[in-house]
Amino acid sequence: MSHLLPLTVQGAETTHRGKRLVGPIDLTIEGAGATVIVGPNGSGKTTLLRLLHGAARLTHGEIAWNCPMDEAQLHQAFVFQRPVMLRRTVLENLIYPLKVRGTSKREARKSAVAWAAKIGLSDMIDRSALVLSGGEQQKLALARALITAPKVLFLDEPCAALDGRATREVEVILQAAKQNGTRLILSTHDMGQARRLADEMLFMLGGKIHEFGPADTFFEAAQTASARAFLKGDIVE
Amino acid sequence: MADIWLGLSQAFWLVITFDAELMEITLRSLMVSLSALVIASAIALPLAALLAVRRFRWRRWVIAILNALMGLPPVVVGLIVYVVLSRSGPLGVLGLLFTPTAMVIAQVIIIVPLIASVAHQALRDLWSEYHDLLISMHVTQGQKVATLLWDARRALLTASLAGFGRAIGEVGAIMIVGGNIDNVTRVLTTAIALETGKGEFALALGLGFVLIGLAIAVNLSIHALSRTEVEARW
Repeated sequence: MSHLLPLTVQGAETTHRGKRLVGPIDLTIEGAGATVIVGPNGSGKTTLLRLLHGAARLTHGEIAWNCPMDEAQLHQAFVFQRPVMLRRTVLENLIYPLKVRGTSKREARKSAVAWAAKIGLSDMIDRSALVLSGGEQQKLALARALITAPKVLFLDEPCAALDGRATREVEVILQAAKQNGTRLILSTHDMGQARRLADEMLFMLGGKIHEFGPADTFFEAAQTASARAFLKGDIVE
Repeated sequence: MADIWLGLSQAFWLVITFDAELMEITLRSLMVSLSALVIASAIALPLAALLAVRRFRWRRWVIAILNALMGLPPVVVGLIVYVVLSRSGPLGVLGLLFTPTAMVIAQVIIIVPLIASVAHQALRDLWSEYHDLLISMHVTQGQKVATLLWDARRALLTASLAGFGRAIGEVGAIMIVGGNIDNVTRVLTTAIALETGKGEFALALGLGFVLIGLAIAVNLSIHALSRTEVEARW
């Protein structure tokens, strides 16, 4: 078993057309559990996640996993705010990530059927993924990300468009993944969700990390004034 | 008007009596255009997917030129293929001029840009949808292309059928490189041109209706085989 973590980020920046979107970021993520990123819209949560995942261009600085980059990329997955559904059936969506990794057809199918059951879509496996509801699509996207048993899972506001029940279902899956040793790094606008899931909190503002630490400390005694204001529900800019 | 009715009845009799000559040129039309369709699709569809997926320096130029080539005049293509395949041309030794193979080559050149352009439009849209996910999954370039081609297969079918339509109805190029030789390279369109020239309007019209029927039949059977529009899904 290879060890991806700790993830070390030093002076990382990403710029687009001369404008700095995020950075400079200095950050170390290690251990187990969940890191929850909060902050107002446009504070750079999504870009930070993409940057860590390697999907956004690193224009400055360094991002290093505890193993070679291509190996690290193999053990990560990303769940988007708006789920991207392949124009295939539910089952084929689940099989796809296994297939591109060269898993045998039978094994991939078996695992896909098991995951479909886990997310409550057993009755739908032969339906097109496009006809699913928003909550079902997000659950499917989550299962598709977890089916390869990633060591690190990034989620960009996974419950932004979901109602309470769907959110709870997603959180149950996330808690189970956490128990199984998947490191979660997610952003959210839902402070309740942050409290329920977080072991570590990361507060972003204006493309920079304003606060980063254990969740209890953050919620009880945030260090920075902006984080305290944000927690109180004030509009922080 | 009388000519049209005469043509229709001619077509009717030609078809139900299984006229030997009609069968032969119809089959040749089908063989030439279906061969061209298969070869052109094998070239154009992967090309379209690569253009959608890869970012290289001259990409926009390639796409613009491909779009422009959709309107490639068949007569000019025929002329160029003729010059290349003629005895004194660079590929003259192959002895392909005035054979069905030469006709297939000309039709492939005519329909590759059309199929590639239409396919590229569809694949580009699908790629913008899939981009983030496939990048995140670190799939290889080949897997990207395969995924796009498979998931856009219905749109690609339309692109290919548009190419087939252009190929089967085309006369300028195959007349030049095929020569309209009886029993060798005569196909429906060249026969129509010949009969019209001879003043045999009724026969020409009859052949024309057979040609239209053939195009419709091929389209319908391909749609039926691929079950498009059956599952109202995507």
